[in-house]
Amino acid sequence: MDPRGKRTIRLVVALGAAVLLAVALIYTSFGAASEATTPAAVIGVPADGRSYQLTGKVVPGYSREGGVLHFRVRERAGRVSVPVRYQGVVPDPFRAGREVIVTVKREGNGFVAERDSLITKCPSKFSSEPAAS
Amino acid sequence: MELVLVLLVLAASAAVISSPLWHRTVSKDAEVGEVAALEAAKAAKLNEIRDTELDFRIGKLSEDDYQALDRQLRAEAVDLLHQLDAARADGGGGSR
Amino acid sequence: MLTLGRASLVLALAVAVVGIVSSLYGARAGRAEWVAVGRRSMYALFGVLTVTMVVLEAAFLRSDFSFRLVASHSSTTTPTFYKLTALWSSQEGSLLLWVWLLSGWASLALAATRKQLREIAPYATAVLLGLGGFFVSLTLVLAHPIQLLDPAPVEGNGLTPLLRHPSMMIHPPMLYSGYTLATIPFAFALGALITRRLDAAWLRSIRRFALLGWLCLGAGILLGARWSWSELGWGGYWAWDPVENASLLPWLTGTAFLHSLMIQEKRGMLRVWNISLVLATGILAIMGTFLVRSGILESIHAFGASTLGIPFLALLGVLMVSSAALVLIRRDELRSEHRLDSLFSREAAFLFNNLALVGLCFVIMWGTFFPLISEIATGTKASVGPPWFDRYTVPLAIALVFLSGIGPAIAWRRATPRNLRRAFLFPLAAAGGAFLVGWAVAGEPKVTTLAMFSAAAFAVAAVGQEFWRGARARHASTGASLPIALATLVSRNRRRYGGYVVHVGIALLFLGVAASSALQDVRDVRLRPGQSVHVKNYEIRYVRATGKLDHEKLSLGALLRVSKDGHHVATLAPSRGYYPSPDARQFGPIGRYFEGEATSEVGLKTGVERDIWTSVEPNIDSFAPMVDGIDRRFPLADAGAQGLLLNVIAERYRLDPPPAGFRMIVSPLVTWIWLGGLVAIAGALIALWPRPERARAWVLAVSKPRLGRAVGRA
Repeated sequence: MDPRGKRTIRLVVALGAAVLLAVALIYTSFGAASEATTPAAVIGVPADGRSYQLTGKVVPGYSREGGVLHFRVRERAGRVSVPVRYQGVVPDPFRAGREVIVTVKREGNGFVAERDSLITKCPSKFSSEPAAS
Repeated sequence: MELVLVLLVLAASAAVISSPLWHRTVSKDAEVGEVAALEAAKAAKLNEIRDTELDFRIGKLSEDDYQALDRQLRAEAVDLLHQLDAARADGGGGSR
Repeated sequence: MLTLGRASLVLALAVAVVGIVSSLYGARAGRAEWVAVGRRSMYALFGVLTVTMVVLEAAFLRSDFSFRLVASHSSTTTPTFYKLTALWSSQEGSLLLWVWLLSGWASLALAATRKQLREIAPYATAVLLGLGGFFVSLTLVLAHPIQLLDPAPVEGNGLTPLLRHPSMMIHPPMLYSGYTLATIPFAFALGALITRRLDAAWLRSIRRFALLGWLCLGAGILLGARWSWSELGWGGYWAWDPVENASLLPWLTGTAFLHSLMIQEKRGMLRVWNISLVLATGILAIMGTFLVRSGILESIHAFGASTLGIPFLALLGVLMVSSAALVLIRRDELRSEHRLDSLFSREAAFLFNNLALVGLCFVIMWGTFFPLISEIATGTKASVGPPWFDRYTVPLAIALVFLSGIGPAIAWRRATPRNLRRAFLFPLAAAGGAFLVGWAVAGEPKVTTLAMFSAAAFAVAAVGQEFWRGARARHASTGASLPIALATLVSRNRRRYGGYVVHVGIALLFLGVAASSALQDVRDVRLRPGQSVHVKNYEIRYVRATGKLDHEKLSLGALLRVSKDGHHVATLAPSRGYYPSPDARQFGPIGRYFEGEATSEVGLKTGVERDIWTSVEPNIDSFAPMVDGIDRRFPLADAGAQGLLLNVIAERYRLDPPPAGFRMIVSPLVTWIWLGGLVAIAGALIALWPRPERARAWVLAVSKPRLGRAVGRA
């Protein structure tokens, strides 16, 4: 086969493989993703097994029994809050009033969290809030 | 006191930045620059020749490919040497 | 000193503007002295920013709380070492560090190239000063590091305990050095495109800076991973967090560039690839810098939204559009001199390597920005987790490690079957051996794990074979003994053999990653003193509780004894440190210790074969009533009384601890990740090292007759 033909075939194969990979990537990402929500948005969802990335602030008065952490997450700037049952590593900065991100599924009247999915943000490192004196 | 420091920093910056405008060494720099660029190109070319020989000895180039490549590289290097001579004759600068 | 600091920042902006104008004028009008003015403006920028840095660091050292930055990030009790690092634990300070490093590295690069690249350098200077000016403007307008607090408070907030780790001194400066060094080839690439000087000369001159940037960025990333493993309480070294990913992206494109650069030098191929990779690396470096402080993606590193997002986006937009436009306009001058002869060739291996790296980059970028993509596509923000990342990055990483063995061994242009046999028989045997050994030792692990073991063995064997063959060839032609031959081989071909050492390092690194992620054993348990748990073939016994008070924090933890087959292996002491919140009124003088910051001290036993990682979460809930009672009885307890009371609590915990939560991990070959990284860094240093003067003189002194020998035979 002449060189030009070979090169064209190579280009087609390469592009084809790239397109295939891209399609697989895109398709699976939409399928595997958890939607980011806040307590107010997620409070009414059904228990259909979908997972959500819940963000909000920790309400004071959380409790721990055995290895399970029970806490409530409320809207950043609001009162609506939802209960979460969590098992796994509790990050060091976890406190009432701190912002958290946790991956949850609906369970009964509350939510059960995916193991080890709790992330707590450190307070006001790069935000423009003035430091507490 | 602080004002003095500020003025010092200002003066120092101005001095550093504007010094090329006072000391005109520039025309010589141009020729020196050209010679330096050719020297760098020559050094790279000679390294390439040696690399190619090493590749041949370890078996990463076939004999035919090596001969052809070696000839081509040496021709390019000789060409560069000619250019270097010309540049040095013009400028009279540059390092050995 | 405040005035000096503020004035120097304004002066910095002025210097940058002067430099940009004079560089561009000098370039357009052909006046070299104005180009020199532009270059010296960069030196002056570095000097002026150094003044700003010194003013701030001095303020931190003497705890001058009239500086707002010092008051909010440091305190009189902060150790001196951390007072210095506190500067860049803030938004303002970290921006200042970034632009100071930019001006420093750029000054070095411009000084080193001042006699060459005369057409390109002025434009590169203008771009770099433009970036510097952008960052300085950001600090002046949106994030000023020098603000007055009047009246100055008596005590500062102190540094977040989580950042009190020696890595804090070196991780951000390393990362930022990597980012800023990546902008230097970027700037020179733009200059080359503008002036149409697209031959290999500019690549040669800035190659070392690209490699140094790659080294710094890689070291910074590894330091972050090690910090995470040895200091944070979750027991991992990589979480596919957006900020981690953002630092990896320019490293990947930088790696691709360093490889395709060699192909352009040797065969004039892949020029569009090359210039695109350089531009992409610079842009991704800015993007990484932007991501951590923009608040557009949820991350454990990115703290809250900030107003800096919009200017950064604008900058990124300008850089992307101008880069793409320039490449398109100059595409005719970027045509390759040669074409690919065969898929079985070194050129092809380099191309595949590039494709794998760019593919990895694309996957990671997609996953990282997915929340934004899904928001645009479906209206809701959704994110993908580590399993999705692993699914695509693992096969690509395996391919990459295989390729890192193929590249050094395969022939140029066209590898014949004989070449291939000779080159790959031994490495394939090693790969097969590793596969079998892996299967036997690990007890039927996943295919991908075994594939990575094989790939790593393949790469190490292939590279080892190269060293062996090279040394033998030298020995044959010069008669030197094999060890000497090896030493001179490496010394005279630093770029090549340094690169091979890097490959070995990377192979070891991925071997460690594969083993530790696939074969580790994690246990989450609750234990009382005296109880023990089995993890892999180790027995870990909770001997007793620990509790102590020092001037900064209250530490509650555990003493653990690790043994294997009855033999003592290690004694570990994980703990939790409770730092007091400064707000005594709201929480009570004792209660504030449990409402402030808490950090985990990991109990870690490192080893060549495996790491044993433990962390503890003391149950302080049962103490809450006691703490409440104390606070109510002693609401105004002074420091001395607090110390006494806290010691009581510590003692109580020591003598009668409630069951504590433990995480125990036995992870094989984790240390090989750090060792592999060190080997890679050593290889990069070898490749970076300039040639000794003697060899240089020989190279430069070669004359025409010597060269003309073979030409005459033609």
